[in-house]
Amino acid sequence: MNLSTLQASSQNLSRLDLGIQARVVLRAENVWKSYEDGAIEVLQGVDFEVTEGEAVALCGPSGCGKSTLLHLFGGLDLSDRGRVSVNGIEVNRHRNLLRLLRHEVGFVFQLHNLIPDLTLAENCLLPTVAAGVDHHIAQARLRELTERTGLTRRLDQRIQKLSGGERQRTALCRALMNRPKILLADEPTGSLDEHTSGVVFDLLLDLVATEGVTLVMATHDRSLAGRCDRLLEMHDGRVHEPVSA
Amino acid sequence: MIFLKLIATNLRRHRIRSFISVAGIAFSVAAMLTVVTILQGAVGMFSSILSSNSEIIVFERNVSDLFFSNVPASAAEQIAGWPMVAHADPVLFGVVSSADHPIITCFGVTAADARIRKATWVAGERLTFAQHDDDVVLGQRAAEFLGAKLNDHVPIGHGVFHVIGILKTANGFEDGGVFMPLSSAQSFFHKEGTSSVITIKLRNKDDAAAFKTMVRETFPNLIALEDAEFTRSYSQFRILKATAWAVGGCGLLLGGLGVANTMIMSVFTRIREIAILRVNGFSHLQIATMIFGESAVVSLLGAMLGLVTGTCFLFALKLVPALHGYVDVTIQPVVLLIVILLALLTGVAGALYPAAYAMQIRAVEALRFE
Repeated sequence: MNLSTLQASSQNLSRLDLGIQARVVLRAENVWKSYEDGAIEVLQGVDFEVTEGEAVALCGPSGCGKSTLLHLFGGLDLSDRGRVSVNGIEVNRHRNLLRLLRHEVGFVFQLHNLIPDLTLAENCLLPTVAAGVDHHIAQARLRELTERTGLTRRLDQRIQKLSGGERQRTALCRALMNRPKILLADEPTGSLDEHTSGVVFDLLLDLVATEGVTLVMATHDRSLAGRCDRLLEMHDGRVHEPVSA
Repeated sequence: MIFLKLIATNLRRHRIRSFISVAGIAFSVAAMLTVVTILQGAVGMFSSILSSNSEIIVFERNVSDLFFSNVPASAAEQIAGWPMVAHADPVLFGVVSSADHPIITCFGVTAADARIRKATWVAGERLTFAQHDDDVVLGQRAAEFLGAKLNDHVPIGHGVFHVIGILKTANGFEDGGVFMPLSSAQSFFHKEGTSSVITIKLRNKDDAAAFKTMVRETFPNLIALEDAEFTRSYSQFRILKATAWAVGGCGLLLGGLGVANTMIMSVFTRIREIAILRVNGFSHLQIATMIFGESAVVSLLGAMLGLVTGTCFLFALKLVPALHGYVDVTIQPVVLLIVILLALLTGVAGALYPAAYAMQIRAVEALRFE
């Protein structure tokens, strides 16, 4: 953990120690979600909150609903029942889901989900194009993020020419381009080898801390999960906390 | 810029398929341009035959084709005597065939007709016209394909005629036609005492309305129309133009189906990519714009290629000796504009379903695709 991460973590600790009420940015209340006309009940009354600036890890076996919960928070899917709120606004009733995707949340997936025919820079700039961000501002942000992730020299490279770690770092940059307040990471290091996985995760925590971003990460890797502020367990369609942290 | 690159990238990714779509539109545009231009040229030529040194045409009311129009000679004589009329030339149209040429247009005209008076006589003397019943004057191209020279006797239809002159004219129908004395034509086509039309030249063009009224009142069975009016309203011309646009439209429809096929395949093969764009904040409208942008690029490229191909084809047709004078390669700006607009509309129409499909892609499901 580097200096900036330590500083950010200490700020969180100080806030908690002082008894300051942290703002809840993500909230799930009795959320149900099933697939195949109810045959597969994935979420069965999930209750769960994440406060501003927290780094939360969701652990659990495959198919337990970790990704589904992230998709609900990001507005990519809708719950069958219950309330999912982002910054106090219910996602199911979010008047502008586009605003949610463009400015409030960023996604990082296990598979980087980059567009192979575009360059690293172009992939990173996609959210700014979608949101209509000024070109100069977008370029400055791109430089800032790629410098911090060590990708400056690879800006004009096509995705096919990047390593797995570089691709995932690119995906991380892309997710943070529009300065979202929440980062939803679905197995962000799941497709990487152990060493690269560690490097990318360090970077992820560093960026999250310094940017003041709330992180919710689904992962199988308990050693990585243990480095988050909170570790939650998912099984039987529910979130159980805290098992250990 | 990235948006444009996405469009270009998608087209470049499937080069062959994109090329086939562009070629489909190009051939459609070329076909439409060629057919419309040729038929409009033909209409223009036929109009110019009628309007040769005249501004009004008189013919039988309610006939669908001038070949079936019968205007009595007495009407021509009476009209010629009206003070406002500079001259009135009765013309009888007929069609005959020879051994190798199924259609030869015949013009039964008087010696005073502008076609005879103002044409360039390549062979023969103008003053000899209409002195004998079996005399004919050939257009230069007609003389070529009939293999006839001055003073030859040539079989035309069911008769044999004496060639007393050869005319050079820019009009394909006239250049490939046969000019007979009016009385000979009336006899040959069994239309004694009639002509198909009377072409009128007025002393003062401003008298056109008064002249038309006089014709309507004096000859209830006849109608007088100014040249432009005739070209607009003559049913044969309208049918020809409608046919040209319909044929061209069918071509474009096929081209549009090609674009639709390309765009559908394009969308189906990158469902995951569209989902990525959605996750990154692209709206339905932005996704649809991208799809329409691709089809617009295909259509525009196709239209440009088609215009070049069509123009080259028209010039090539003009060089074919058998078509000399029949093909007018003057492309009217309005035709050009309509063809480009239709190509664009076709492209947009072809992208409607793919765009609608792309807009309905659910990112969360699409991202599960490998």
